[in-house]
Amino acid sequence: MSARVLVGVKRVIDYAVKIRVKPDRTGVVTDGVKHSMNPFCEIAVEEAVKLKEKKLVKEVVAVSCGPQQVQETIRTALAMGADRGIHVEVSGKDYETLGPLQVSKIFAALAKKEQADLIILGKQAIDDDCNQTGQMTAALLDWPQGTFASEVTLEADKLKVVREIDGGLETIKINLPAVVTADLRLNTPRYATLPNIMKAKKKKITNVKPADLGVDVSSRLEVLKVEKLKEAGRI
Amino acid sequence: LFFIYCCIERISWRLQKTKALLDHTNTLSLNLTELTDQQKEFQEVARKFAREEIVPAAPSYDKSGEYPFPLIKRAWELGLMNGHIPEDCGGMGLGIFDACLITEELAFGCTGVQTAIEANSLGQMPVIIAGNDAQKKKYLGRMTEEPLMCAYCVTEPGAGSDVAGIKTRAVKKGDEYVVNGQKMWITNGGKANWYFLLARTDPDPKCSASKAFTGFIVEADTPGVQPGRKELNMGQRCSDTRGITFEDVRIPKENVLIGEGAGFKIAMGAFDKTRPPVAAGATGLAQRALEEATKYALERKTFGKFIAEHQAVSFLLAEMAMKVELARMAYQRAAWEVDQGRRNTYYASIAKAYAGDIANQCATDAVQIFGGNGFNSEYPVEKLMRDAKIYQIYEGTAQIQRLIISREHLGKFKQ
Repeated sequence: MSARVLVGVKRVIDYAVKIRVKPDRTGVVTDGVKHSMNPFCEIAVEEAVKLKEKKLVKEVVAVSCGPQQVQETIRTALAMGADRGIHVEVSGKDYETLGPLQVSKIFAALAKKEQADLIILGKQAIDDDCNQTGQMTAALLDWPQGTFASEVTLEADKLKVVREIDGGLETIKINLPAVVTADLRLNTPRYATLPNIMKAKKKKITNVKPADLGVDVSSRLEVLKVEKLKEAGRI
Repeated sequence: LFFIYCCIERISWRLQKTKALLDHTNTLSLNLTELTDQQKEFQEVARKFAREEIVPAAPSYDKSGEYPFPLIKRAWELGLMNGHIPEDCGGMGLGIFDACLITEELAFGCTGVQTAIEANSLGQMPVIIAGNDAQKKKYLGRMTEEPLMCAYCVTEPGAGSDVAGIKTRAVKKGDEYVVNGQKMWITNGGKANWYFLLARTDPDPKCSASKAFTGFIVEADTPGVQPGRKELNMGQRCSDTRGITFEDVRIPKENVLIGEGAGFKIAMGAFDKTRPPVAAGATGLAQRALEEATKYALERKTFGKFIAEHQAVSFLLAEMAMKVELARMAYQRAAWEVDQGRRNTYYASIAKAYAGDIANQCATDAVQIFGGNGFNSEYPVEKLMRDAKIYQIYEGTAQIQRLIISREHLGKFKQ
């Protein structure tokens, strides 16, 4: 099969870190804080690499949007088995206001440029919990979507997706090309082994700017304030 | 006049000492504060594996003494083992510094598991430093193809520190050597696929140590090789330690390292590369003691405060932190020196001696901070105390390290 898979990987504050709000209440403290790949993105990479190992897809491309540091996240995806990476350079104020709408426009443009057959994303990021990028990307491309996937099976040129929904499990069949978003029970992401970390250094990461893709990353949203909940679970 | 003379004397002595210090620090370009990206990634993998997979499994392996093969196999799959094996034998050709980073993280999880893994490095080191191409390809190559273990077979019931006093005999007969003798306290003794063996080839008691011994590679399934029972030890209980009897064991001459009489130097040379990782292991244990004690001290209350807020306890933690940081710096220096191609015996001995001592101190202090709970097997720190003791004994006892350090120090001073 000659399919190419794009996998989105987002660099977020590590899940184990205690989040602190900045004193000026414009956001959370990120300087010097441990960052890692969004856990749902790890699951997405794992699924893509599994498909490649089953020889159902030919190439896995890891994509991340952000400043120089996101290259670490792309390298982790490469160490897990992705073939190459694309770093979409977004920094400074643009990066602070980068959200699902802009990212989905970037992914839609990349999908066309790279002639991707499948996009796998995490269902949501653990920093903003938006749960929008996958859905928006599918809409912009007018592709079918299989979100909250807990099982993905490739059958000829169709995708069977088992989705975790409130009422239970829903199984759908969608045509390729499609967008899939990974939920928790889709798989258990592998460790990057030491030899693979070393091999990943030789894999290529290409840099691209949003403007090159014809995407405007300015935000239509303005963050008014960010504050800590006084007590979790109480309004 | 006499006073001025004394002042000049003192100033010139101080200038000499300062110059020596400056010369010393000018050669230092080791950056201890920032690891390379690759080193950080390696450390991340080792840390994740240790904390998520070794830590939960360690207590039951300690109770049962069962060999932790599933964990070792996992470590092998992740590339956390056999890091020193050169690339042309299928390994990663890691330096000692990188290997130490990984070792410290694994030891944090369980030093029994880490020792079983480290014994591989110790057994392989003589082959890595002294093996010919055929020997390296054959015996190191197979370690990267499947998760096999090997062992370093030198100590005997009657000779530990006094390596030159070993009695195992190897007699040349045609194209073979016939070996008879008894080895003891061999880590991985019952699990190894092959051993590095040190035996005496020159029977003349007047022959010097540097010529009397030969290093061999012995396949474990050679007829006459008899591992004894698994020894029940105080700590690191899941590690497999045995006596091994060699009865008319025939070793082909192709398995001699370098040549007859070269064994002692090879056996000792391996230590310069394996002592820093052992020091790193002891540091990992001390770090675990510090973290467990700190966590507990921030939970347990006494006299209306968290015990961490009582100075007696916070001072204990501070001293533990001092020791851990210094032990880490010591092994990193020793590892870096040998990676730069320099003789690191002085630094390796200092690191091993210091780390072994502080591991015991930190483990004891951790039990103290836990109080009555620390003495109990439901809490993790009593295991640390039992596991720590061996770090002052194996790979050169604390006393032997002091012998080496004083010899090196006096040697430098006399120059």
